[in-house]
Amino acid sequence: MGELQIKKQTKKYDAIIVGSGAGGGMAAYVMSKAGLKVCLLEAGPMFDPAKHSSQLKNAWESPRRGASTKFRPFGDFDGSWWGWQIDGEPFTTTEGTQWDWWRARMLGGRTNHWGRISLRFGPDDFKRKSIDGLGEDWPISYNDIKPYYDKIDQLIGVFGTNEGLPNDPDGLFLPPPRPRLHEMFLKKAGQQIGIPVIPSRLSILTKAINDERGACFYCSQCGRSCKVYADFSSSSVLVIPALKTGNLDLVTNAMAREVLTNNEGLATGVSYVDKNDLQEYQVFGKVVVLAASTCETARLLLNSKSARHPNGLANTSNAVGKYLHDSTGASMAGFVPALFDRKRFNEDGVGGMHVYTPWWLDNKKLDFPRGYHIEYGGGMDMPMYGFGFGMESINGKYKVHDVQKEAGGYGKSLKEDVRFFYGAQIGMAGRGEAVASIDNYCEIDPNVVDKYGIPVLRFNVKHSDYEIKQAKHMKETFKEIFHNLGGEVTWGGDDDEKNMWGLNPPGNIIHEAGTVRMGKDKKTSPLNEWGQAHDCKNLYCADGSVFTSQADKNITWTILALSMRTSEHIVDEMKKQNI
Amino acid sequence: MDRRDSIKALVIGSVTAGTLLEACKTDDKKGAADKGAAPTAGNEDRMAEEIPYNKALQDAKFFNDHEMATIVVLADIIIPKDEVSGSASDAKVADFIEFIVKDMPGHQTPMRGGLRWLDLECMKRYEKPFKDCSEKQQIEMVDLIAYPKKAKPEHRQGVAFFNLMRNLTVTGFYTTKIGYDDVGFVGNRPNQWNGVPPEVLKQYNLAYSEKELKECISYDKS
Repeated sequence: MGELQIKKQTKKYDAIIVGSGAGGGMAAYVMSKAGLKVCLLEAGPMFDPAKHSSQLKNAWESPRRGASTKFRPFGDFDGSWWGWQIDGEPFTTTEGTQWDWWRARMLGGRTNHWGRISLRFGPDDFKRKSIDGLGEDWPISYNDIKPYYDKIDQLIGVFGTNEGLPNDPDGLFLPPPRPRLHEMFLKKAGQQIGIPVIPSRLSILTKAINDERGACFYCSQCGRSCKVYADFSSSSVLVIPALKTGNLDLVTNAMAREVLTNNEGLATGVSYVDKNDLQEYQVFGKVVVLAASTCETARLLLNSKSARHPNGLANTSNAVGKYLHDSTGASMAGFVPALFDRKRFNEDGVGGMHVYTPWWLDNKKLDFPRGYHIEYGGGMDMPMYGFGFGMESINGKYKVHDVQKEAGGYGKSLKEDVRFFYGAQIGMAGRGEAVASIDNYCEIDPNVVDKYGIPVLRFNVKHSDYEIKQAKHMKETFKEIFHNLGGEVTWGGDDDEKNMWGLNPPGNIIHEAGTVRMGKDKKTSPLNEWGQAHDCKNLYCADGSVFTSQADKNITWTILALSMRTSEHIVDEMKKQNI
Repeated sequence: MDRRDSIKALVIGSVTAGTLLEACKTDDKKGAADKGAAPTAGNEDRMAEEIPYNKALQDAKFFNDHEMATIVVLADIIIPKDEVSGSASDAKVADFIEFIVKDMPGHQTPMRGGLRWLDLECMKRYEKPFKDCSEKQQIEMVDLIAYPKKAKPEHRQGVAFFNLMRNLTVTGFYTTKIGYDDVGFVGNRPNQWNGVPPEVLKQYNLAYSEKELKECISYDKS
């Protein structure tokens, strides 16, 4: 490395965006299409699903047969580069707490591998405090965001059905795929006990919507990212089209260090380290939009200290980093004997479930305040690493072709067993709303820096009774569904209060939000309803950090809608010369 | 319609059709893939960090020749050739096991120690290491450790080893082309999902509702 120096870019942009996931990609798309000159910083390398996806590879094309590595915790073909850890980029937790933090480093971020579950928040989700007294109401209502949901439904594409549910709003849907066999079983079992099982809502194109993107060809591998752009990734659907406007400069391998401010306290740009040459750079713009992910955005703000912002940028409320909450998760799996020895056919379908269960109960009648939805898995999946594991715990339990065998074994009999049990497993996972709390937060670790010298985050998050009771309810529900399926639980059935009913650790569901929340009161919330900092009018946040509260829905569709709303606001304000 | 034509038909008019066809070229190299766990052409999907990482694993050697020979014998006992498909050897399962224990160091001691446990047990019984025992002796030994519920307490370590060996062998076998064909996996190819085949719905006494038939995407199967 040569002499260290800071290289200042001479070009002045209208907007600097940090992060190219759902929020940053949408901001880049909207602003570059509106004619603004935009610079997008991404901490990872270029990623174009058309070139870089592992789609359609077979297990044997991975030496580890698709098993996970530190590079790809969700498997060797997964579309996320890095995950639970990144070499040279540590984070810490306070004693007695746990936080799992998924970080993708690539164009498009986590949207390249996400589940495409695209649920609108409902009217109640914006005013939970008014309903149950916990947390805080959003500064906006469903009606404020509805036009943006409508626009992204059309721009990006999502399948589903209009069911007229009060808190799971209808949308502008493409036709969903028909349920798979085990999903027909689930529908029937749900009906018997009053649990709705309806078509899922996924941002996958069952029909082409334009000439740039193909239609789904049902390989079930959205998690690897789609070579024909038939599902939503920020890379393929937002950033790559935005680059074609000529208004967007994309800088990859740019790890943002801090937001630069002037003597008036306004943002002037962003400094970053280039991971290729390890030199320090600064880019300047009229507006800075942070969409580096819920926790990275908070980290950037807390690391952006100056005389005007001694507590970190946008942080007179002292709320930056606070109210960090992830979706809750608990799951269960088992066999459904009716599916043993089933006929073979290609049932890959789309990536993920064709049906799901939206929250169907009234929390006023329950001992926990917020709801959850249920996701289902199963079917004749592609054999990958782990296939056939634990046969000794299965093949002694059931008769195979009317013969009771001794558990374990080997040889021709074992091969027969593998075929017999294939495709008969069903899994279910609850994804619920946690209550945002000021006691759950991330902060700058005073002692630790990453390999670029950037101070890292220290997490302090714990589940409360609300989440634990919700997990208990999930487990009871899953057991009831299995019972009605005539199935037997093989995994996740033994949880109790000692292990918080199998509740996943916080952060593990990868739906974290809330660290730079919106709110009407600038004493308690860093951002106003536009995602604009109360303390710094040309600084905006446009990722999961802005959420006042979660919902019993995945957050990506709402990140997209809010980012579009924020970006259009920025374009307007710039026209009016307010910023 | 062959596979490539069907893709063309599906994505016709799409600017991205070409990239999908490219993707399928490597996918069609079944011959190369059957030769074992060597990475096939096409590292476009790899992170820069993964390529040297994988190469270092490929270049390293964990099991010695004696251990590898033992693994081959055991794997073929667990997955022999039958009327449906070939054996673990046919699917190069031992090569997969050699790779995976390097990739997942947690398997190394249970595998190495388990193999030695097995050899010592055979030395006591038959005065030969496992691989040099007669077929009858090998099966006699395996029968002592292959059935967790009826195994004797003094064979528990052997049971644990055999469970791991069974896991790795079954996974190593069924994640090959031979294994896919054996289990009847017919996915991982472009198609148009039209729902569960009618004869299967009938078998389970199920039917799509009118709402589903109306709302869901359907494809003309002519």
